[in-house]
Amino acid sequence: MEYLAFEAPIREMDEQLERTRAMAQESDVDLSAAIAALEQSRTDLLKSMSEHLTAWQRVQLSRHPNRPYTLAYLNAMTQGTFSELHGDRHVKDDKAMVGGWGWINGESYLFLGQQKGINTKMRQLRNFGMANPEGYRKALRLMKMAEKFQRPVVCLIDTPGAFPGLEAEERGQGEAIARNIFEMAKLRTPVICIIIGEGASGGALGIGVGDRVLMLENTWYSVISPESCSSILWRSWDFKEQAAEALKLTANDMLANGLIDGIVPEPLGGVHRNPEGMFASLAETIDREYRALKDRDLDQLVDERIEKFCAMGVVNE
Amino acid sequence: MGWFKRTKEGITTPTEEKKDSPDGLWHMCPKCRVVVNTDDHEAALWTCTNCGHHDGIDAEEYFSFLFDNGEFTELDPNMTAVDPLGFEDTKKYTDRLEATRKKTGLKDALTSGYGTLNGLPVTIACMNFKFIGGSMGSVVGEKIARAIDHSLKNKQPFIMISKSGGARMMEAAFSLMQMAKTAAKLTLLDKHRIPYVSVLTDPTTGGVTASYAMLGDVNIAEPNALIGFAGPRVVKETIGKDLPDGFQTSEFVLEHGFLDFIVERKNMKNKIGDYLRLVGNQPAE
Ligand SMILES: [Zn+2]
Repeated sequence: MEYLAFEAPIREMDEQLERTRAMAQESDVDLSAAIAALEQSRTDLLKSMSEHLTAWQRVQLSRHPNRPYTLAYLNAMTQGTFSELHGDRHVKDDKAMVGGWGWINGESYLFLGQQKGINTKMRQLRNFGMANPEGYRKALRLMKMAEKFQRPVVCLIDTPGAFPGLEAEERGQGEAIARNIFEMAKLRTPVICIIIGEGASGGALGIGVGDRVLMLENTWYSVISPESCSSILWRSWDFKEQAAEALKLTANDMLANGLIDGIVPEPLGGVHRNPEGMFASLAETIDREYRALKDRDLDQLVDERIEKFCAMGVVNE
Repeated sequence: MGWFKRTKEGITTPTEEKKDSPDGLWHMCPKCRVVVNTDDHEAALWTCTNCGHHDGIDAEEYFSFLFDNGEFTELDPNMTAVDPLGFEDTKKYTDRLEATRKKTGLKDALTSGYGTLNGLPVTIACMNFKFIGGSMGSVVGEKIARAIDHSLKNKQPFIMISKSGGARMMEAAFSLMQMAKTAAKLTLLDKHRIPYVSVLTDPTTGGVTASYAMLGDVNIAEPNALIGFAGPRVVKETIGKDLPDGFQTSEFVLEHGFLDFIVERKNMKNKIGDYLRLVGNQPAE
């Protein structure tokens, strides 16, 4: 387990617990009471920390080195039935965007999501979860397949942004994202979008237009990362904490502003402390959300989706 | 809703200011540095008759030559931005808005209206780059949405002239969601088979490119405009080397297949009118 700077007190508790458990195994002394007490104080500590997280700390949790990425969710939530499909049929297969079919509780779903790499080599291969136009076009191809077969689409969003490269511009990154937003707005099948890590700007929205848009508790979603915002508006990289606060990018803020539909609680301390628990509860959430959408009239579903996004914004006149 | 008649004199209101300073009577082309009389420059629709350079202009100027006789009815003329997040960086967003309104005399980064173009009823929305870099906040999104509603209701083509650095960062996720909002509205135009012409001018980048600007039945651009998703500085930092000549120009974007054609400003009105007559099977009288 790796620890963020603000997780230092938790690290201390974790290590103390580990030492006490090791001691209990090696000696005949009954330490179960001491272990239970330690566990209780760790739970208390995690609870109080979770209640007082700053926006910037949540941004850090969304990028925690032990936080699971899309494929880990898909494999676990579908209990190994996830079957990946590749390619946009035009240029190539974008490894930063994954998609395919799988089962949750007896219903088939078409899953999509940006994929980050789990080690140095894979981070390169996955391009740090920054999709190129072909990634968005693969996603669109698969969404249209789901629409054709009248099956629901689930998008797991975790990206620091769409890739700002030279070839991405040549192949129309802007058009690819615009096309996805347009097509998703009118896709005639239920669409559930869940921010599981970072929801950065157009790169996130390119698979983010849904009937239900949810955020895990410790994720962020905004038009720009706090770091880039700091560099542009403050002309310095040193104001990322302030930028994170100002952007109102946490799940709580996004829900309060009516820009998302719900928050999915994370295991105590964050997903990285209990990924299996998160996978199970997210699968249940998807099952519940889909069951609420599955019998809806499609015309009405699409109309309401369009109306929902058209109502976003605050103006004065 | 106000009725505005923009006569030739009306367009040139800034001339009065310019008369105060003798330099204002002349315009120097920023590209070839040839100097012309400001009246001649306006008659050339703010383009250089020597080198073809297109000066950046905003809604007032575009409307003056796209609408017949420069006559149009403005939509939502009084809509202004609020500060939904209480945003403050080195400045308060509310102060920034106030200062920009004062400086530009504009309410926000988009003006919309309806009138006729070569006799065809149309709705046109145009971004104002001088208002916080033409950034897209709630007002821009809402005015586009309502302009599209006007097109839908009156079954008349929608023309969108983009000119923007992208998102209005001070409205954060509200700004981001304007991409979804405008694209979602455009699906309704599409469904009702109402023509949508997207005109991209210098510069069109970021979330504007990644939403309505790229979604026209036809996407057309003025010559040599900067068009892209990521800004050139960001792309340069990403690839760690200099960008090729002409990268992200209109000509580059046309060559890569994302524009239908490039049009010089002096031909823009007729090209749009001709296109609308073709798709609508409406021969000119
Ligand atoms: Zn010139």
